[in-house]
Amino acid sequence: MTVTVEKARTGKPRTANRAGRPHAAWALPGVLFFTFFAVVPMALALYLSFTSWDGLADPKPVGLDNWKKLLDDPRMTQSLWLTVVLTFASWAFQTVVALLLGVWAAGRQRNRAILSAVFFVPFLLSSTAIAILFYALLDPNFGIIQKDTLGSQSGAFLAIVFVGGWQFIPFHTLIYQGGARQIPDVLYQAAAIDGAGRYRQFFSITLPQLRHTITTSTVLMVVGSLTYFETVLILTKGGPGTDTAILPYLMYEAGFKTYDFGYASAIASFLVIAATGLSLVLVRLTGFGAMRSTREGM
Amino acid sequence: MSHDTLPRPTKTDPPSREQVASPRRRRHWTRRANPVAGLGAFLWLVIVLIPLYAMLSASLTGADKALTGNPLKPPTDPTLDNYNTVLTSGFGHLLSNTAIVAVAVVGIVLSLSIPLAYVAVRTRDRWSNAAFRLFLLGVAIPAQAVVVPLYLLIAKLDLYDTLLAVILPTAAFAMPVSVLVLVGSLRDVSEDLYEAMALDGASPLRMLFQLTIPLAKGGISTVVIYSALQAWNGFLFPLIFTQSDEPRVLTLGLFNYVSQFGVNIPALLASVVLSGIPIFAVYLVARRALVGGLMGVGGK
Repeated sequence: MTVTVEKARTGKPRTANRAGRPHAAWALPGVLFFTFFAVVPMALALYLSFTSWDGLADPKPVGLDNWKKLLDDPRMTQSLWLTVVLTFASWAFQTVVALLLGVWAAGRQRNRAILSAVFFVPFLLSSTAIAILFYALLDPNFGIIQKDTLGSQSGAFLAIVFVGGWQFIPFHTLIYQGGARQIPDVLYQAAAIDGAGRYRQFFSITLPQLRHTITTSTVLMVVGSLTYFETVLILTKGGPGTDTAILPYLMYEAGFKTYDFGYASAIASFLVIAATGLSLVLVRLTGFGAMRSTREGM
Repeated sequence: MSHDTLPRPTKTDPPSREQVASPRRRRHWTRRANPVAGLGAFLWLVIVLIPLYAMLSASLTGADKALTGNPLKPPTDPTLDNYNTVLTSGFGHLLSNTAIVAVAVVGIVLSLSIPLAYVAVRTRDRWSNAAFRLFLLGVAIPAQAVVVPLYLLIAKLDLYDTLLAVILPTAAFAMPVSVLVLVGSLRDVSEDLYEAMALDGASPLRMLFQLTIPLAKGGISTVVIYSALQAWNGFLFPLIFTQSDEPRVLTLGLFNYVSQFGVNIPALLASVVLSGIPIFAVYLVARRALVGGLMGVGGK
């Protein structure tokens, strides 16, 4: 018995070891459940995008009609552009604030723990609750700013960017705080000896060391910006006019307001393709594959 | 080359909470105060607090006074009338539905994700790697994109307008992040302990319950809170898969209050405050688990 233990400790091949390991089939219930409720629907969305379906009768195949409509729809063009701009504006706002706050919170300040706890509160409220809160606070008669903020195109757009940031910056701050804590102190010691000031240290050590964290956070933000649906639905209903009708909102209207589920599925499929493509590009560009390599080393 | 033949570094001494969280152990570079950053942090604190303060203050203002003042002024004679209005308009029913959904979602997520993560960490053959990769990709699937086909599936399963129609998809979409968090947490269980148990002839099932689960408590609590939060705050699935009062959950109830209470903004805000109280209570109890677990996401 002792011999086996010695062998294991030296890390040599351990044949007897396989016995204590669970069979891969243990993963099956989880995989099947997830496949049924998330992966199959993705395939089904693609199928439905080639059909005409009112939600009641069976879907009728119509070939490329929905996709042709997608290309010709001026609302779609506007919505796509709006989604891109909104995603980018949200990303820029949230990344800058969350990165600075996270790096700050990773350090040693008095009251840091208490402040971080308060920062986190908005993340606990649901998107619905937050949208309703700002719907009330931006009300022209009742609100903080006694102006019809949501009635103007730029006002409504900025409101959505701000409300999204107010809600999600706490979460991303936490991610950056975790990332900043893992930067080895030696780097800062060496930089300090070399006479690098605080800002030099930030740009030459902190930022480059946080690049994987920035990628993780960015991917989550890009996917997360597709969930601004609730905010848009409650805050602006896509308005004024169609000025804040982002893609998920357009899909919701096509499907559950006008019962054109085939067209809604085409928009949805487009969303998946765009989101996946964007994630892949981000992963490629920024070496997100590092996530895989930490797993290999386990 | 199979991973099983590689020597596996084992973590016999995981960093204690002190080492990870205590500011005292690490220092130098922020030893000097950073007034600019401090000022920025203070500024954000104000931005976070003003809406929260305005919400609390307005929810305590009588409906008749609501439109005359600025929401930033403290209410002159605070009243709980708005809370009363909300609580007597079916809030309890919404709350219990939401609690049922949250408990069911947490149950499903735990019972499906733990074996999955266990296999991904312990077995690591081709199939369990493929399973893990599926969930790694799953993180990027937006729920919005599959809601139409899910609507079809839910209708075919005859689940439309039931709580199950909310529970099942919510659980499925909480799984990818849960699996990732659990895999990270299970990996920290020392290989030596498994080997010791294997020598005693323990089955994988016994190892899971007597070794892995007790030692991965931190990750499991994170998953519990994360999936409960998903269930508690979910809006899209309830909006599309339910219709009647019977299976209505909190978020959808809030959404309906917008039209129901109309210009009664104080009552609307009281309902928002009430909806946040349960999750805030959980947060106060389990803050360390949630914050610690989510913070790990950035380090990977």
